[in-house]
Amino acid sequence: MARLRSPDADPTRFYLDRIRAMSVRVTIPPTLRRLCGGEDQLRVQPGTVSDLLVQLQQRYNGVRERLCDEQGQIRGSVLVFVNDEDIRFLRHQQTELRPGDEVSIIPAFAGG
Amino acid sequence: MSQTQQGFMKALKCRECGREYPLAATHVCEFDFGPLEVAYDYERIRKVLTRESIQARPQNMWRYRELLPVAGEPTVGRQVGYTPLIKADRLARRLGIRELWVKNDAVNYPTLSFKDRVVSVALSRSVELGFKTVACASTGNLANSVAANAASAGLEAYVFIPHDLEQGKVINSLVYGARVIGIKGHYDEVNRLCAEIAGKYPWAFVNVNMRPYYAEGSKSMGFEIQEQLGWRIPEHTVVCMASGSLLTKIHKSYQEFSKLGIVHESSWKIHGAQATGCNPITMAQKAGLDFFKPQKPNTIAKSLAIGTPADGFYALRVMKETGGHGDDVTDDEIREGIRLLAECEGVFAETAGGVTVGVARKLIAQGRIPADSSAVLCITGNGLKTLDAVAGHVGETQEIRPSLREFEALIASDRTHGAAAVAGR
Repeated sequence: MARLRSPDADPTRFYLDRIRAMSVRVTIPPTLRRLCGGEDQLRVQPGTVSDLLVQLQQRYNGVRERLCDEQGQIRGSVLVFVNDEDIRFLRHQQTELRPGDEVSIIPAFAGG
Repeated sequence: MSQTQQGFMKALKCRECGREYPLAATHVCEFDFGPLEVAYDYERIRKVLTRESIQARPQNMWRYRELLPVAGEPTVGRQVGYTPLIKADRLARRLGIRELWVKNDAVNYPTLSFKDRVVSVALSRSVELGFKTVACASTGNLANSVAANAASAGLEAYVFIPHDLEQGKVINSLVYGARVIGIKGHYDEVNRLCAEIAGKYPWAFVNVNMRPYYAEGSKSMGFEIQEQLGWRIPEHTVVCMASGSLLTKIHKSYQEFSKLGIVHESSWKIHGAQATGCNPITMAQKAGLDFFKPQKPNTIAKSLAIGTPADGFYALRVMKETGGHGDDVTDDEIREGIRLLAECEGVFAETAGGVTVGVARKLIAQGRIPADSSAVLCITGNGLKTLDAVAGHVGETQEIRPSLREFEALIASDRTHGAAAVAGR
């Protein structure tokens, strides 16, 4: 891990690892990838799920209105998971995102 | 796309905002994540689909093919459907209702559940779109059907299931040579993983990217009910709910046949059934809400154990619009429902069928389905797949030596103790 590496040996790798450890990884669903410059994963700053939505919107204009209704609530057709747990079982949009957490945004799913 | 390339379909259309998309392997609106649904050219369908044209065709679900989303002739599951609609007089007396029918998809071809309907549509469409590999997230029945139908069509199949499924359902997928992947989690977690896999691998996931086509296959159950009732819509229909999709599609089948003049306009009520151990939709219905709270399932009705039902919102709307109700039953009531159906009608349903019978019984007792009315119960899967759920609850074998004397002693003891003793009850 980054801790064992010195910045002098490979500064790019060192700082990339630092950023990875300090940020939150977000998996973007195929539906949003075109809007998000083709990326399937993004890194954002820790905060809450609401802060995440603000950060995404700042980077890619239009993302927020696709994920949220007019009241700013995440749509029923959108599911957000933090470390594999549905945020509706956590603190909804107030769910805390800590460094190293993983977020998945996916469309609601059908039966089987 | 020309008419020959898309049959009677017009486009995929967002259920929320109405935006239209090409008829590709995609299931979500890019603007609001709303589910996409197939839109049809009803004017053209009206000209070719009549009672007479339907009756002239072979008895399978494809006799309604203009209302099913394939462009050309179906290539997978051509013998699926047209299961029996049984007039269930003995069960009607037990439940206290004038007229009762059982739509028996426990004997659907080839894998003994209604899922063969949705899979034959999804795979036929997958072949049209050029896919070679098909996949699904499943609580069991869908896995069985994808595995079997993919095998018969020469497609490669990956099925993802919760690791703790009933053994019958696991073996019923493995035997066809499908890759069966057990996920250490409940169905909602399996489904989430599949949504992520579907975003990465170019496969036809029948209930993810093929969902708009797949879901339409359920309508055939409703078309058959209407035809088998003598071209009429039942007053009451009781449907079990996992994601809630089947309930909404049965409703749609009644709407489409009315709109096309194939049946006379009449009013109908659609009631939803869930297990108490996983009742996000019926809990919301009973509380008068139009949204549900997700749950972590804990029920023997594993085929219905979806805690975050994708069509829950739409199922609630159908119940509300038609004046139907929702209710749920405990594990014991589910087993009781399975036994009632088996003892009265000779039909062995899986746990989901026990849910449907148990809830119908409740709704009739409450007067929500009036005693002087007529109802159809949708039985969606076969009891041989969920033996674990009823083992130890349906009596025991009585063993004797191959001796006439021992047999006669047994009969004599039954006569003394009443016939019920035979079954060990």
